[in-house]
Amino acid sequence: MLRLVSASKPASASILTKVTPSSSSFTGRRTFASTSARQGDITLTVDGKEVTVPQGSALIQACEAAGATIPRFCYHDRLAIAGNCRMCLVEVERSPKPVASCAMPAMPGSKVWTNTPLVHEAREGVMEFLLSNHPLDCPICDQGGECDLQDQSMRYGADRTRFHEIAGKRAVEDKDLGPLVKTSMNRCIQCTRCVRFANEVAGVEELGTTGRGNDLQIGMYVEKTMNSELSGNVIDLCPVGALTSKPYAFHARPWELKHTDSVDVMDAVGSNIRVDSRGLSVMRVQPRPNDDVNEEWINDKTRFAYDGLRFQRLTTPLIKQGDRFVSASWEDALTAVAEGFRASGAQDDEIQAVAGHLADTESMVALKDLINHLGSDNLTLDSVGGHAAPVHAVDVRSNYLFNATIPGVEQADCILLVGSNPRHEAAVLNSRIRKSWLHTTLEVGLIGERADTAYGYEYLGADAKAVADFVAGKTDFAKKFMNAKKPLIIVGSAITEHPDGPAVYNALAKYVEKNKSQLVTPEWNGFAVLQRVASRAAAYDVGFVPSRKASQTKPKFIYLLNADEVDPKSIPRDAFVVYQGHHGDLGAQLADVCLPGAAYTEKGMTWVNTEGRAQMGRAAVPPPGASREDWKIIRALSELLGAPLPYDDVLSLRDRMWEISPTLVRYDTLEHTSVDVALAGLKTLAAATASAKVSGAPFVKPISNFYQTDPISRASVTMAHCTRAFVKGENYGFSELSSKSEAAYA
Amino acid sequence: MLLTEIARPFRAKPNLRRSFATVQDPPPRRYGGLKDQDRIFTNAYCRHDHGLKGAQARGDWHKTKEIVLKGDSWIIQTIKDSGLRGRGGAGFPSGLKWSFMNKPGWEKDPRPRYLVVNADEGEPGTCKDREILRGDPHKLVEGCLVAGRAMNATAAYIYIRGEFFQEASHLQQAINEAYAAGLIGKDACGSGYSFDVYLHRGAGAYICGEETALIESLEGKQGKPRLKPPFPADVGLFGCPTTVANVETVAVAPTICRRGAPWFASFGRQRNQGTKLFCISGHVNNPCVVEEEMSIPLKDLIEKHCGGVVGGWDNLLGIIPGGSSVPVLPIKQCEEALMDYDSLKDLHSGLGTGAVIVMNKSTDIVKAIARFSHFYKHESCGQCTPCREGTTWMMNMMDRFAEGRGHQREIDMLLELTKQVEGRTICALGDAAAWPIQGLMRHFRPEVEKRIAQFRAENGTVLFGGRMKSQTDPTLALPDNMGANLSEVAPPAQQ
Repeated sequence: MLRLVSASKPASASILTKVTPSSSSFTGRRTFASTSARQGDITLTVDGKEVTVPQGSALIQACEAAGATIPRFCYHDRLAIAGNCRMCLVEVERSPKPVASCAMPAMPGSKVWTNTPLVHEAREGVMEFLLSNHPLDCPICDQGGECDLQDQSMRYGADRTRFHEIAGKRAVEDKDLGPLVKTSMNRCIQCTRCVRFANEVAGVEELGTTGRGNDLQIGMYVEKTMNSELSGNVIDLCPVGALTSKPYAFHARPWELKHTDSVDVMDAVGSNIRVDSRGLSVMRVQPRPNDDVNEEWINDKTRFAYDGLRFQRLTTPLIKQGDRFVSASWEDALTAVAEGFRASGAQDDEIQAVAGHLADTESMVALKDLINHLGSDNLTLDSVGGHAAPVHAVDVRSNYLFNATIPGVEQADCILLVGSNPRHEAAVLNSRIRKSWLHTTLEVGLIGERADTAYGYEYLGADAKAVADFVAGKTDFAKKFMNAKKPLIIVGSAITEHPDGPAVYNALAKYVEKNKSQLVTPEWNGFAVLQRVASRAAAYDVGFVPSRKASQTKPKFIYLLNADEVDPKSIPRDAFVVYQGHHGDLGAQLADVCLPGAAYTEKGMTWVNTEGRAQMGRAAVPPPGASREDWKIIRALSELLGAPLPYDDVLSLRDRMWEISPTLVRYDTLEHTSVDVALAGLKTLAAATASAKVSGAPFVKPISNFYQTDPISRASVTMAHCTRAFVKGENYGFSELSSKSEAAYA
Repeated sequence: MLLTEIARPFRAKPNLRRSFATVQDPPPRRYGGLKDQDRIFTNAYCRHDHGLKGAQARGDWHKTKEIVLKGDSWIIQTIKDSGLRGRGGAGFPSGLKWSFMNKPGWEKDPRPRYLVVNADEGEPGTCKDREILRGDPHKLVEGCLVAGRAMNATAAYIYIRGEFFQEASHLQQAINEAYAAGLIGKDACGSGYSFDVYLHRGAGAYICGEETALIESLEGKQGKPRLKPPFPADVGLFGCPTTVANVETVAVAPTICRRGAPWFASFGRQRNQGTKLFCISGHVNNPCVVEEEMSIPLKDLIEKHCGGVVGGWDNLLGIIPGGSSVPVLPIKQCEEALMDYDSLKDLHSGLGTGAVIVMNKSTDIVKAIARFSHFYKHESCGQCTPCREGTTWMMNMMDRFAEGRGHQREIDMLLELTKQVEGRTICALGDAAAWPIQGLMRHFRPEVEKRIAQFRAENGTVLFGGRMKSQTDPTLALPDNMGANLSEVAPPAQQ
């Protein structure tokens, strides 16, 4: 892989590194960099208006700042500059030719016009050329209605065509990029946004251009699918309908869709998404820009697993009779739960609640309150070893959160990954590491199972012994790490579940304490735990963990809240099991009563991401059938169990959350742990794990199949196709091209 | 006073007093007729030894050490004084260009610095650099050292066209000999200056002759022009300061330094000084590459060195004076054209590479220009829109015009298309594709119109785009913008 590290960065690099928010404020978002390096500002005149922009901005940004709209196809803020569509031409004083504003740095004192006859004529000319080989198939094109070419041709193009050549238009063979991205290469205008995205962000360096002149094509040269967990983003980037979504093909038109801003739950990053729905169904999921979290990208699971919301759903309460489930009314089901609870005779810690991957914060708080009311402390997490309190405890937040923050990853100059493959556990975060790796001299080390991370790394070993070696400073990488200015240790969530977890945490906690001058400073906290499950950080925040005594008690009544990863053997045969969730997955099979809950697109709930950032998801569609919002089910059940919860609406529930931790309801902001508290937390952690022994078992990747990790993605047909195409490498069934020989390059 | 001067420029000024010593106006200078002792490329025809021994016998590598020891500012000042302009086509003053490498504070820049020599000679009609590479490769290697010293470069990369096999081997031989003799490499010529020369063979794309595309290609990427700014002098080859220069420009530098700037500046008109290799091809009795003084009249060049136009001067149709990318000149302008940058620019053409393509009346000029359009369509890199789409479109139209299958009004449309390409692209290939067509329409429009009228007379109405009206379905309505119902308008009066 080619890195772009050079003494002088290209113009694009400055754009790429510019995303760090500038300064902290009392109410707004905080970042570690309280005083970012301020570049000088320059002033120039656009259309007679004076604007001041930071030095190094492109002219197009200056024009935007002045309120002038510049049409563009190839330019994109988050990608390198190509300057090849020539749509953004503007007139600059003392320049004989019109200037491509995306490629020209803004110069102090220059005079720019964006609205002169020359500019109009240049845009019209470029537009005419773009349309000359573009098929007139807007009525059957999925991009119709949200197509840059369509919009801009209406606004800047001529009102009639002059292209009548008998030689005809260019025809390009479609490419097969896999089950997610549909191609219609006749429509391609060669803006190369997809190529730049694939190369810079996703790490698919095979995608490029072949041929030259009018025969220039976008493709892989050899037939190959686009195997990247970020591939879906090229659909958004494509300004025309050349790359569209295969699962969404011909399903809806953009103007029919209702947009709902929400938050993703497929991993713990908390990517900001926009759920597009029509009527009762989610039609697609798209990213929402948020520089602090996901920039503008989402991973393919986030984007395409939505069809899983339609299949395998629990729509009515179910009661097990013999070996089959029978539909029931809510009243009957809740009564059955209450009766089962009484019949099981569960007392105190024999009442167990299990919070799964997709449990929202509100329902976890309600469930915890209910279980506590019933006298139990047996609050279990749906993970390996979740029946016991986690190694890192939950008393100090910095012990289990991603303290460096997601944008902070780009500031790190040396990263150690312990038992984690961020590419699958937090794909969007991984793209930031790749970005930093490409443009700076970042060094990455990996302890754990080898993985294709989309950037180069130094492999340090597979087990706790490698961690011990690193801590002892035995390897070259350890020395580099010691000398780094902003070193970062990323501990995977799988370490918590590993038998050697305590030993690893012990070693790392001591190491961080020893090197606190670099690792824990007011500006930088280089100890970061990467959670991979959407509910986990919130579960730790609300204290959804068992006491020592409770964790050793054999449960008689088990309440599975969205818990679908449980080991069936861990459930005693005679226990009464209630499953609350939205999919008929593993958890439902084990249950005596199933209570249908709402999926993340159907409820407006709080999610806490791996950084500890609380974000509000919003309901895009109503829950199907008789299913209800999860906290309401628990609230209703509490009445029948004789321990009514004291909140009747979601607002008072959030007041209760505020009592537990104010961070849960301070949306979109981060509360940083102070240096003293963070160090105290590490000290406690080191003390608690002092007697840990090393078994030497290698760390394994917790996610073997990125595309199927939770009930929604397991129910999704698209994700099943992805699994076949990318994980198993089979023909996934959509492609008709794959059997034919590649004639496109003949 | 002023007005009378303009109105009657040839009259003696009325208020001049006569004296006994009458000052005579110097006779108008005729340029051309370069003497043998003033030739720089003395082995352009490869009649002598091209190796080191032969080169030294012809004066190469003579006192190169002293030139190198004179330092960068002296060399650059000499080149500036000599008035040398880039010989690759654009004609940018070389001394000024080289001085961009030595910005204040350049010593503090730790990056290496490169001279890149553009030996990717691909312009149709041009064959001057290959004669230098074949016969006088040591001139180029020495020039690399001198020009490299002037811009404080650490190394020179010579990017040679892949098809030039013999040239590349001669040049490699010259580089090897120079290394062996200690003329380049560590402590070049004993001057204490270290300088390396590398040869890199291209793979046959015309666009790789564009300086930034050449840099990309050298770096191992697809040869596609880069955006400027940043200019190569800031961020060039491998991200380091780089200057790209033509073979001829570099190769003449040592001789200029040896013989002095005034000697070189004594040739040619003001701002167009020096000698130049001209390559004359096409309908002349003796096509040749010849070194001549700048500003030589085009007619003299052809009569003196090429034995005249085939069939006599009156049989001339037009001349393309600077390679395929400059507009054609009709016979009338050929008579008055001087072969230098400014004179040809005044005639709306250009000196380009000095590749004179002569066409007599046996030429189908429309077809000839259509062939150029084919070339540019084939060589467009496809990166930016106007060139990618425009060259194809222009080619299709020119193909139709070659047989007359078009509509009178499409000529203006084609001209408008060329204007939409010209000056809108990343590199100059778009301009180069547009200019020949503009030149054709400027001087030979009646020919195109005649052909269109003839085709229409023989075959019936042609719609816009080349479809015949007879082939359309009369039961269906034709859109108005197809030109089916337009009467052929008479060509607008020539101005």
